[in-house]
Amino acid sequence: MIWAVFLPFILAVFIPFFDKWRQRIHTGFIVTVAPILIFIYFARFIGTNFEPITRSYSWIPSLDINLVFHLDGLSLLFVLLISGIGALVAFYSIYYLDKSEQLGHFYVYFLLFMGSMLGVVLSDNVFVLYSFWEFTSLSSFLLIGFWNFKKESRYGALKSMLITVFGGLSLLGALVFMTILTDTTSIQEMISQHQLILNSEYFPIILTLLLLGAFTKSAQFPFHIWLPDAMEAPTPVSAYLHSATMVKAGIYLIARYSPMMSSNDWFFIIVSSVGIVTLCWGSYMAVRQTDLKGILAFSTISQLGMIMSMLGFGTKVAVFAAVFHILNHATFKGSLFMVAGIVDHETGTRDIRKLGGLMTFLPITATLALFGTFSMAGVPLPFLNGFYSKELFFDATLHLDEIANMGLVGFVKATLPYLAVFGSIFTFVYSMYFFFGTFRGKAHLDSLPKKPHEAPIGMLISPIVLVLGVIVIGLFPNMVNEPFIAHAASAIKGMEVEKHVSFWHGPLYPPLIMSITVLVFGTVLYLARKQWAPAYRFIPGVLSMNKVYDGAVDRLETYSTSITKGYMNGSLGRYVRLVLSAILIVTFAFMAVTGGFTMDFSNLAPLSLPEILVAITMVIAAVATILTNNRITAILILGVVGYGLSMLFVLFRAPDLALTQLIIETVTVALFLLVFYHLPKLRKKEEATSTRVLNLIISIGFGALMTMIAISSHSSKWFDSISSYFLEKSHSLGGGDNVVNVILVDFRGLDTLFEIVVLGIAAMAIYGLIKLPGKKEDN
Amino acid sequence: MEILMAVLAGILFTTGIYNLLQKQLLRIIIGTGLISHGAHLFILTMGELKRGAPPILTEGVEGYTDPLPQALILTSIVISFGVTSLLLVLAYRAAQVNGTDNMEQLRGNDYE
Repeated sequence: MIWAVFLPFILAVFIPFFDKWRQRIHTGFIVTVAPILIFIYFARFIGTNFEPITRSYSWIPSLDINLVFHLDGLSLLFVLLISGIGALVAFYSIYYLDKSEQLGHFYVYFLLFMGSMLGVVLSDNVFVLYSFWEFTSLSSFLLIGFWNFKKESRYGALKSMLITVFGGLSLLGALVFMTILTDTTSIQEMISQHQLILNSEYFPIILTLLLLGAFTKSAQFPFHIWLPDAMEAPTPVSAYLHSATMVKAGIYLIARYSPMMSSNDWFFIIVSSVGIVTLCWGSYMAVRQTDLKGILAFSTISQLGMIMSMLGFGTKVAVFAAVFHILNHATFKGSLFMVAGIVDHETGTRDIRKLGGLMTFLPITATLALFGTFSMAGVPLPFLNGFYSKELFFDATLHLDEIANMGLVGFVKATLPYLAVFGSIFTFVYSMYFFFGTFRGKAHLDSLPKKPHEAPIGMLISPIVLVLGVIVIGLFPNMVNEPFIAHAASAIKGMEVEKHVSFWHGPLYPPLIMSITVLVFGTVLYLARKQWAPAYRFIPGVLSMNKVYDGAVDRLETYSTSITKGYMNGSLGRYVRLVLSAILIVTFAFMAVTGGFTMDFSNLAPLSLPEILVAITMVIAAVATILTNNRITAILILGVVGYGLSMLFVLFRAPDLALTQLIIETVTVALFLLVFYHLPKLRKKEEATSTRVLNLIISIGFGALMTMIAISSHSSKWFDSISSYFLEKSHSLGGGDNVVNVILVDFRGLDTLFEIVVLGIAAMAIYGLIKLPGKKEDN
Repeated sequence: MEILMAVLAGILFTTGIYNLLQKQLLRIIIGTGLISHGAHLFILTMGELKRGAPPILTEGVEGYTDPLPQALILTSIVISFGVTSLLLVLAYRAAQVNGTDNMEQLRGNDYE
């Protein structure tokens, strides 16, 4: 199973090589192979006697982070959607994207997304899940910004990234909480210990964080605003990520955790009401859109809201309907996105005001759109899968038997059926608007950038497959139920869920009456849409989440720029001062808090005159470097300090050091004397007194700190020295008697080798700086 | 003795840092030189000073000075030599190209 998840990643690595032959073979053909293989691999698990399987591979066992893949009914549904729709979209993209586009980039992002999405739905380890989760946000960002020369693409990409990553971080918070509470990183084990989490005092925080993660990813109100802007992506991407798969990751998360959470009242209240509000808002807003993909974007938001609210209900019917609708939505919405892509491709515009009457020019596309839109609208016809799940949805809103009638819960429960019908009416309106606005009515051929004609057959295959899915599921709904949908629903509900779906329940079946209400009111509102369009001036009117988002991003940028400019003014001296002050404050504070400073004078070497004299000389010389304004003087007295140090090395029985120091000091002084002539003369101090005082404070503070650390480390012997090892083994292991040399060339020989490398690099740089001719400045 | 050396290292650091905070490149290089001297002394003080013979194994000698700080310092001396020479040449080049070695004048103003 690990190969199935990593196949897209592995293929992504090789895409750049295939990209070289793009003139002969479109990269898309190679990419299409991967999802087909994955689909075939997983399709064999479909069947009535399916049992969940788990595979684990060690990754970071010490942190309990391992690649554990758990395939149950829910994962299987998503895996098949991801690979199935993925294959169709990859195939469709071959005809959609011209060979002159940056195909290599596109397909690398595409495969990255596919792999990470598979990872999300298969991971049982929460941290692996989180990593894949963020990876989907990242690849979505890259895909939305694929046409990065367009300003709108960049804006949309950034917006989706900011919102979904914000949600991702919330999710991480929730996962960390749950991991700590249950002491496991496995989702299945967390669910089995759900009492620990439900009864914890942190439960409200966990629920909020988890839902934030799911709502942002699945574009629920009020976080839906990123999805319409994400439509700047190439249409195959919109069909794949922003309709069929990635936006359903939030749904998946809620579904995955609902065995744990669904018994909680707040889970019901929040998820149901956010879902149903999203349903209404999305479908209401969709009618206002003029861009075909804009309609589909809001429609996706609204459909996601519907699925979300059903997961919130948590009843058997609702969960079953939710899972069923995930599948149905992927089929009809995927085909509609492809239809929108075809219309865009063949006419040059997606503006529904310019379109119309395309039925005669694109008959096949129009037929596909007819099935897609009518299924989406939930028109009661026995060959449209959308109707079944829509009817089950109505049924679910009426049969919330497991939910109490009291208080807020009761209020939410009572309003749900009305809101469901209300939202569905607008769903009907925008579906009709999409179809009739594009394909019926009068054609305005002169206002179209291109002369429309039917799409090439390759482009039509994928939507045809999806529409066939719509029809087949519509005709034989129970064919997919038992071997497939029921397993997914059982995985969510934690018990057997089976539902026999049938088309006809008699004329007085309440959900049917709701469907007919939708049909009637929807038709009226569609015909009269010009009359009620002014309503948009009041709702949403000037209130818009987009404005909140734009304002927040603007503020953030302004403030962070001004803060950064405040301390990053280009003066290196200032940066050094800041860094040193930070070190001083942190270290002194740490010393004070932990009582790290210790003094122990019991074990000292005796003072003797030569050392004291040398030390005094060095101090005088060091201070003199500051006071002198003569270049030669400064260099020579720096030499004095160096020679003093080598004297100390002699006195402290370090002959090698003394020799090295003497040589190096001599060479350094010589080098200084060679170079100084070319440097400007030292000047009098020209800084303000305040700066000088500050410099003095920082330097004295730092000197004091080093002295204190030296004294403390001498006074406290916490660990045994490892030096005795070198003294003992120097002869036997290193074959030398000079222990210092043996350490350098034998025990730590690699260090010395790299030291030589560093010196070599420095030598080359020096040579280059001296010898290479100076370039004229470009500006 | 260790206390004296710790104080000496501290003073070397103080003068080094003060030089480092100046504007002229030559002073900054002198500052780094002083800091590396201070650091070498600092490392040496970590071991025990003036006890035992130099760490060259000889028949009949029992106690030796700690060889480890010495090995570390030896590496460090050579590396700081490399750093100092590179800085010097860099300063030479910067002064040649830009006609100044004042850090405040060398800073780029494009992003302000």
